[in-house]
Amino acid sequence: MAVNYVYPDYEVVRNYDKCINCRACERQCANEAHTYVEEIDKVTSDDAKCVNCHRCVSLCPTRALKIVKTDHTFKTNASWSATNINEVYKQAETGGVLLSSMGNPNPFPIYWDKMLLNASQVTNPSIDPLREPMETRVFLGAKSQEIRRDKNGRLIDDTSPHLTLSMPVMFSAMSYGSISYNAHESLARASKELGIFYNTGEGGLHEDFYIYGGNTVVQVASGRFGVHKGYLDAAAAVEIKMGQGAKPGIGGHLPGVKIGEDVSRTRMIPVGADAISPAPHHDIYSIEDLRQLVFSLKEATAYSKPVIVKIAAVHNVAAIASGVARSGADIIAIDGFRGGTGAAPTRIRDNVGIPIELALASVDARLRSEGIRDRVSVVAAGSIRNSADVVKAIALGADAVYIATAAVLALGCHLCRTCNLGNCNWGIATQRPELVKRLNPDVGYKRLVNLMTAWKHEIEEMMGGMGINSIESLKGNRLMLRGVGLNEKELEVLGIKHAGE
Amino acid sequence: MKRVYVNEKWCLGCHLCEYYCAFAATGKDDMARALKGVKLRPRIHIEGDEKGSDLKNVTFAVSCRHCTEPLCVKGCITGALTKTDGVISVDKDKCVGCYTCVLSCPYGCIQGTDEGAVDKCELCVSTREGTPRCVAGCPNAAIVFEER
Repeated sequence: MAVNYVYPDYEVVRNYDKCINCRACERQCANEAHTYVEEIDKVTSDDAKCVNCHRCVSLCPTRALKIVKTDHTFKTNASWSATNINEVYKQAETGGVLLSSMGNPNPFPIYWDKMLLNASQVTNPSIDPLREPMETRVFLGAKSQEIRRDKNGRLIDDTSPHLTLSMPVMFSAMSYGSISYNAHESLARASKELGIFYNTGEGGLHEDFYIYGGNTVVQVASGRFGVHKGYLDAAAAVEIKMGQGAKPGIGGHLPGVKIGEDVSRTRMIPVGADAISPAPHHDIYSIEDLRQLVFSLKEATAYSKPVIVKIAAVHNVAAIASGVARSGADIIAIDGFRGGTGAAPTRIRDNVGIPIELALASVDARLRSEGIRDRVSVVAAGSIRNSADVVKAIALGADAVYIATAAVLALGCHLCRTCNLGNCNWGIATQRPELVKRLNPDVGYKRLVNLMTAWKHEIEEMMGGMGINSIESLKGNRLMLRGVGLNEKELEVLGIKHAGE
Repeated sequence: MKRVYVNEKWCLGCHLCEYYCAFAATGKDDMARALKGVKLRPRIHIEGDEKGSDLKNVTFAVSCRHCTEPLCVKGCITGALTKTDGVISVDKDKCVGCYTCVLSCPYGCIQGTDEGAVDKCELCVSTREGTPRCVAGCPNAAIVFEER
């Protein structure tokens, strides 16, 4: 194009004193940002092609490369930031809806960082998790309303089906198609080793992974891709996806180029056909309709598996969750506005939904006030970044959390937010075979196991500090939280006191 | 005994093993200084991505197999090539550069050098790390050092 309105956001900086012309960067960049030029015997880079995924930086054996934010600038303008200006340029050029990947990157308040945890001092003993037993196991599903005994005094065990997790974390839904075969294998193997669960997302379950079914949550979404009896039978639980935090109120679109042979068979759609998930489920327009699907799935699985309903955190989330709890769902998953995605319209991702912290607190409070909290477990999702976020979510009332962004980070993702282009240099969000093979599941699953093991240790440390030896005692224990820098209303919604109170 | 194996399923053809191999041989501690502007003489080679190769998306690293019945050792006319504790190594003082081994190696894993004596993978036994550097440097765990 004759006029380049948009200057690249990031620049590749190469230290030619260190570059040994090994050309690993050139070979590894799927965006072809690096080129070896024979005449000058040097590797050069095209900043406009770089997506800042750090693949070259991570592999460069002499650390000759780094990516820097450009200092090229517009005249400073608080209203018309470079982002705003460049987006106008892009749309003026293409006439299209802007697409983005991963979670909302904008500087909205992060309430996790405005809540602090308690610790025991003097009057109540803290516990050393290295010396004393710590229980991090959680059970997800409806709890019995009362204890009943038969005429001999024995407990009547008619508890509805549960998921048992070794720690209160699960890998959230990412479909086969949006992520690669090797990424799914890594998640599945890690879940099995850890005693937790991963979620197939809406793309069906590849037949190779049925062996991990005991650690698999299968999803039934508005597109109903890959849903059949074997799929439901293989799983430990079934999740109905009503919404996603990154794009509440809209559906999904996996482009045809990502629908190869394997993805096609798994999704049960033709090769090369776009996989379009409608915005709503066309058979669900009310809680009663949802109840029909919940019980259809329960019926189909002989009431042997819990049913999860996943909703995006939106303005009336508490009332919606109350309805969902009454629909017969065993578990409600709530996905906050920072949750990730393989592709979403930028305006939706950045402007729709509410923070998970506030949604979680209000849902838990609402369900308790209505006396139906025991009927469902609550799973919080949408930018749980570390073990402290997990502990805070539990204290706010979650039974467990879903993580996905953290999981793909463990697999190598560098949050370059260009999943939608399908050229993932780390072999995660791509279906190109030469890129998929870059993620060796032997390495990937181990990294996931390491991450979760580390978080488990940290969760135990934080619990021990609070004098709590079982995660169940932490659940909804908001006295363990104090807010800093929050206003009265925020504290009220979160149901916590301010630090110093 | 433990040997270096490559799993072509995970080999990305990034050629980094060649650079780590050449670096290990220099004995220096800074890769940029060791290899900058130097003609590389790695003892491991990526095959499959040469110009005109009809392999599609398949690359693999080849280095000395340390054969159970090594033809190179059998053919060596001066006794420069020997096998000790499973590792075939070359005594550069004895090697006269006749290249019989280069011709007899079925894997093409022995190479001539400008100095006359031949060069080959010795599993990094005499390098600083003492363990194969190509294995440690492989970004996708495609090259492994294990008992089979």
